[in-house]
Amino acid sequence: MEQRDPILEVRRVTKRFPGVLALDGVSLELRPGEVHALVGENGAGKSTLIKVITGVYRPDEGQIFLGGEEVSFAEPRESQAAGISTIYQEINLIPLLSVAQNIFLGREPRGSLGLIDRDRINREAAEILERYGIRADVAAPLHSLGLGVQQMVAIARAISVEARVVIMDEPTSSLEAREVETLFGVIRQLREEGVGLIYVSHRLDELYEICDRVTVLRDGKVVHTGELTELSRLQLIAHMLGRELAEVEAEGATGFGEEHEAREEPVLQARDLTQRPRLHDISFDVRPGEVVGLAGLLGAGRTETARAIFGAEPLDSGSVKVSGEEVKSGSPAAAIRAGVAFLPEDRKSDGIIPDLSVKANIVAAALPRLARAGMVSEKAQNELVEEFMQNLGIRASSPDQPVRELSGGNQQKVLLARWLCMNPRVLILDEPTRGIDVGAKAEIQKLVDDLAVNGLGVILISSELEELTEGSDRVVALRDGAVVGLLSGEEITEGNLMEVLAHGGGSGYGTPEDGNDADE
Amino acid sequence: MVTRSTDTETAGGDVLWRERLFTTLQRRGAVVVLILVVAVSAVAFDNFLTAQNLENIVLQGAFLGLIVVGMTFVIISGGIDLSVGSMLALGGVLAAQTVEIFWPLALILPPLVCSLIGLGNGFLIARARMAPFIVTLAGLLGIRGLALALANEKPIGIDGGSPFTWFGQGQILGVAVPIIFVVVAFVVGGLVLARTGYGRIVFAVGGSEESARLMGLPVDRTKVIAYTVSGALAGLSGALLAARLSAGDPNAGLAWELDAISAVVVGGTLLTGGAGSMSGSLAGVLLLSILQNLINQVGTLGSYAQQLVSGVFLIIVVVAQAYLTRRGTY
Amino acid sequence: MTPMNRAASVSESLDRSAVASWVRGRGVYVAFVALLIFNLIITPNFASVATFSNLLIQVSPIVLVSLGVALAIGTEGIDLSVGSVMALASAFLPLYLGYGWPVALFVALLVGAVAGLVNGSLVAFVGVQPIIATLAMLVGGRGLAQIFASGQLLIVSDPAVLALGQGRLFGIPAPVIVAVVAVLVVGFLVNRTTFGRYVVAIGGNRSASYLSGHPVRRTLLLVYIISGLLAALAGIVATARLGASDPSNIGILIELSAITAVVVGGTPLSGGRVRILGTVMGALLIQLISTTFIANDLPFTWAQVFTAAIILVAVYLQKGRGAA
Repeated sequence: MEQRDPILEVRRVTKRFPGVLALDGVSLELRPGEVHALVGENGAGKSTLIKVITGVYRPDEGQIFLGGEEVSFAEPRESQAAGISTIYQEINLIPLLSVAQNIFLGREPRGSLGLIDRDRINREAAEILERYGIRADVAAPLHSLGLGVQQMVAIARAISVEARVVIMDEPTSSLEAREVETLFGVIRQLREEGVGLIYVSHRLDELYEICDRVTVLRDGKVVHTGELTELSRLQLIAHMLGRELAEVEAEGATGFGEEHEAREEPVLQARDLTQRPRLHDISFDVRPGEVVGLAGLLGAGRTETARAIFGAEPLDSGSVKVSGEEVKSGSPAAAIRAGVAFLPEDRKSDGIIPDLSVKANIVAAALPRLARAGMVSEKAQNELVEEFMQNLGIRASSPDQPVRELSGGNQQKVLLARWLCMNPRVLILDEPTRGIDVGAKAEIQKLVDDLAVNGLGVILISSELEELTEGSDRVVALRDGAVVGLLSGEEITEGNLMEVLAHGGGSGYGTPEDGNDADE
Repeated sequence: MVTRSTDTETAGGDVLWRERLFTTLQRRGAVVVLILVVAVSAVAFDNFLTAQNLENIVLQGAFLGLIVVGMTFVIISGGIDLSVGSMLALGGVLAAQTVEIFWPLALILPPLVCSLIGLGNGFLIARARMAPFIVTLAGLLGIRGLALALANEKPIGIDGGSPFTWFGQGQILGVAVPIIFVVVAFVVGGLVLARTGYGRIVFAVGGSEESARLMGLPVDRTKVIAYTVSGALAGLSGALLAARLSAGDPNAGLAWELDAISAVVVGGTLLTGGAGSMSGSLAGVLLLSILQNLINQVGTLGSYAQQLVSGVFLIIVVVAQAYLTRRGTY
Repeated sequence: MTPMNRAASVSESLDRSAVASWVRGRGVYVAFVALLIFNLIITPNFASVATFSNLLIQVSPIVLVSLGVALAIGTEGIDLSVGSVMALASAFLPLYLGYGWPVALFVALLVGAVAGLVNGSLVAFVGVQPIIATLAMLVGGRGLAQIFASGQLLIVSDPAVLALGQGRLFGIPAPVIVAVVAVLVVGFLVNRTTFGRYVVAIGGNRSASYLSGHPVRRTLLLVYIISGLLAALAGIVATARLGASDPSNIGILIELSAITAVVVGGTPLSGGRVRILGTVMGALLIQLISTTFIANDLPFTWAQVFTAAIILVAVYLQKGRGAA
């Protein structure tokens, strides 16, 4: 690739937030016709960098150059007008509007009298989708489609604008294999046209397939920039984690690693869990001292399964038994009483109560136990809070600090404390280390590991394959709301997992009936 | 967000069909109900379908209707405007006070002043990021106080001979002038909402404000415009009402914001924003107006029963909508 | 605390932002005291027992309903129907006096509880938005009240009931005592019971509260029932004070005063925190504003404008703390 002047240049950009240095003197060069990988662990600064480039945030120091000229964007609108198009990890479209409306939002083609030409919108949207091989009804409301299709619509919108720079943040997280191929075809086409692409992903296979150069971020700093062909995968991981290559080779990449000894009698038995239209006859067991991983692509039904077990949504049929006793369906309170605990995926919307204190958040589930005749015992509460803040190493200025002021890692620890102080028998963790910096992540992983060693039954949901493979004793693979495979022990590798998820069912790995204890 | 398989023709297919039906019912149901109510009333009451009575119904609803057009935009954008009733009163008072000076002022000044107030509302809400409920609540109190102060707490009379009163009492081709105004407002408002770029953005902002911002849409400007329009229409309605009654009453429009919200909600617009229609709001206003009319027809009930019936009607509609919303594709 | 930390925290408390933060939380107290001082200086005959007594008596019904509205707002809801529930209670009271005052009082309170039950059921079980559900009750409730009273003013002459409005205990006017007791009870509920914790959790993050096993629907139901009871109590006290039941006029627009008191007093509309004392202070502030204008012969309508400005200022200041 000939050396051309960079189309986008980030020069020594620094961004601070209260209590956190998100970006520290970051520099990055994007050449036209280049696919540039941006990698790093959660919390390394990738999202912040993208938001600075697109104008969501303003840098505290440093400069940004587009096409050789310095630019300063006050809001996303300006960066888009300048030719930077972004596809975000969360689908940032309007769910209630149709596919066609979403694609053309803000730049609808007009007919006579300057009014929106509805037919033309639908027609042109259908053309765009067809050009990229996306199958969807353009008039359907966006939220009624699968997440993969929604993401493809977001991609279609982003590239149907004339852009010089396209940024893709985890674009394949909701896509199936066929859709990923379509996406790569689009990327190659854009490359031919001289567009510069920034590709953010933690899926190493994809990076090595489609990207030219790579920039690695860690704790807000650039630790490596160069051609991907000159970097082995292990070297890349080592850069991301900040560990010695030899260490990574030996120990693996996560905080998991202990040997668990599972007992015989299951502590949780899920049988034929069905919740139309999302879950169909899901059955599996969890034994004390065992970590059961739930694997699957986005939309496979992992969170729905977890919520169904916890009683957050009522079941159409099926049952959940804890320590042999059936738990009433559709009631979190009943599940909690039976000893089930659930750490939701989205701590912001389902986990922390932002304006309340750390103290209040920790005791939220324990209130009935801390109160007599409806009155809360301040003393019992304070003792409990102090104990768990210390045990888990929760860093806050005081137990009365509003929990929204804590870092992501500490917030997650607060939520863990909420459940651990209940002495649960089964702990369900949905993406427990998402959005947390490297250090806290390993801490939490080790904590869960220790809990399992001490006899807790754990259900672990994670989209980070290595977290799943290194942390689980057994893995239940889900696809479209049904169990398609069961792996245990040595069978649990990234390759096997991906194969089961892709081809499901008859791949030779355990079927749902194996590995579960016999029913009564 | 709901997770479904990409192919809508799955076993979940007929579930999707039913859910779409419920959603359509919730969104468009008001028009259907309106037709039904009109049909039943025509049969049950002899006087109902007369030109005189129908004109009465529409005229009664016209002044609220103007406000409802603005309120529809505001609610779909995810906000609310509690100050419209007070702006109506202020509009009427301003009209009464300026009609002697130069009568066109009585028609121009109220919408102008109230749109500036709406601009202020919009600014506080969009730029200063204050909650719409609070800002417009303050508006409700403050503007009412202003209207009362300007009018010395008494209605201000308007000379019946003034050309201004034609706007409230005159007719064009046999149709009362205020009705012309409100019909134009609904038609223009409906077109803007459904067929212009601005309308699309209003839906986007109400549907998911954060996404709209990230998509590069002018969120703040959109909100400010919505509140400005709401103010302008409330001021205009106040002026027209004053023209009709030949008096600017600082106590006019009391609790009208609640009626406007009711009409919009009955019409199928989601109070949380992001979905709705002008035709639904029109149906809502007409339904409320017809309800009043029917109560009067029955004759014996009196204004107390009117209130009771209105309350019960609102509850029934809202419960039905809540049911449809839950079973729909939300 | 190490000497280093202590020094740092001292200089921090002198920091402008810390002072501003303190003011934001206590602004309503500051404003009230400032207005009080203003009146003591400017307003003739202000510093008398009669003035204060009047102030407290007039604010009592507002405080009562504001407590209920504060609870509703704490759950990220609202109760617009409080004025109409006052009217309902006021209408039913004289109808049952024939059975003796205990029965009459019981029925009046029961009416309030039932109204609250209807509101709460719509909100908790049907999923109707609180603003709409209580709006329907606002409209329908007053109509119902007037029907029951046949639209008339009914004189109430039972001495026991009148004592609630016009009597005194140790020199303190009865309405004030009722209000104080209510403040203590509701304050206790909010700050010391699991119910209070559930209220702020539901308002702070309903999903998280549900997933923590909180009885969300039951709590919401109770909140609106309590609000209805408090409104009924306010209606009884107002009726007793007037010596007559006037369902057409009693409690008109009081929901606006209540919301203002709650918001100005520091309880955010977005829920998650309930300031009982702040609410009381807010009610006192509004009443004091009215009194100030009246006592100084200023047009009362300007008091409304002034109150509106106070609301905007109060909410704007609160914004800094992540509220409103």
